[in-house]
Amino acid sequence: MTTRDWVLVAAVFGASSVEMVEALTIVLAAGTSRGWRSALEGAATALAVLGVLVAAVGVPLIRYVPIDALRVVVGALLLTLGMSWLRKAWLRASGHKALHDEDQIYAETVAELAVDGAAVRTRDSVGFAVAFKGVFLEGTEVVLIVISLGASQGRLGLASVAALAALLIVGVVGAIVARQLSRVPENLIKLVVGIMLTSFGLFWVGEGAGIHWPGSDLFLLALVGSLVVLTMLVVPWLSRSSPTHVAAVPS
Amino acid sequence: MTAAIARAGRAFGRFWLDFLVGDTPELFVVTLVVVAISFGLASSPRAVAVVVVPLLAFGAVVMSAARGRVRQR
Repeated sequence: MTTRDWVLVAAVFGASSVEMVEALTIVLAAGTSRGWRSALEGAATALAVLGVLVAAVGVPLIRYVPIDALRVVVGALLLTLGMSWLRKAWLRASGHKALHDEDQIYAETVAELAVDGAAVRTRDSVGFAVAFKGVFLEGTEVVLIVISLGASQGRLGLASVAALAALLIVGVVGAIVARQLSRVPENLIKLVVGIMLTSFGLFWVGEGAGIHWPGSDLFLLALVGSLVVLTMLVVPWLSRSSPTHVAAVPS
Repeated sequence: MTAAIARAGRAFGRFWLDFLVGDTPELFVVTLVVVAISFGLASSPRAVAVVVVPLLAFGAVVMSAARGRVRQR
């Protein structure tokens, strides 16, 4: 495993964990209020569709698109996504944006789906649709990251395994802790992933455009380190004008 | 059939617009600028590109976050 392989695994694993926590909250809410059978079937169907997407889009990308063009496009995609995650994480860490509240999202989804206060025991289309939509929408971002990072390095398999590992771990832990997903340090994970995606984005755009980074792969670590230092400077600076209270919102 | 394809096309376009631009259009523009500058500086001395490209992206996120802070107050 090279440096960029390790960074790839960490970035995909982190991004997948965050998105899976958000998806799991919706699946748990759908399962509790509409019955587990439909919720689990909805979640499994969405995962199968996402898997097909990775194979259908990722494999042709690796085989037929010139690697430099692929790296510029993928780098630009990762850079846009990474800067957006980083900005959001900085604003959340400094108190300017509400933290993602899984407890609140869970309670709101359960309230929306509750049918006469009892869970549905047979197949339920609403429970299926809500779980499918939750997993599919949250998973789409993961698929884009898996395809982008995997295809640009020719490591689609490794990226997929990292995402599947995150899915399994979050699934097992989520089943054990059930409604305590709010304890997952989502913003910290999002911050780390934002740093990695921004670093990868810059690295690939530069490499695809013909820039020769000093130290080759090791320059990725320099980019990551620079963004960590920048985060340590920017968050306290943003905090200095922190609002007294920001209400939690489910977004 | 045609209407369904048009609807799907619009939904696909909306998804990508929201995904790439969302509520931070400035970051999308910065990405395009980073790509253009990377091509422009690829043939210049290495030190210039290695410093300018990352600094441009880092500066843009800081400015966007500062703008977001002001907007949220």
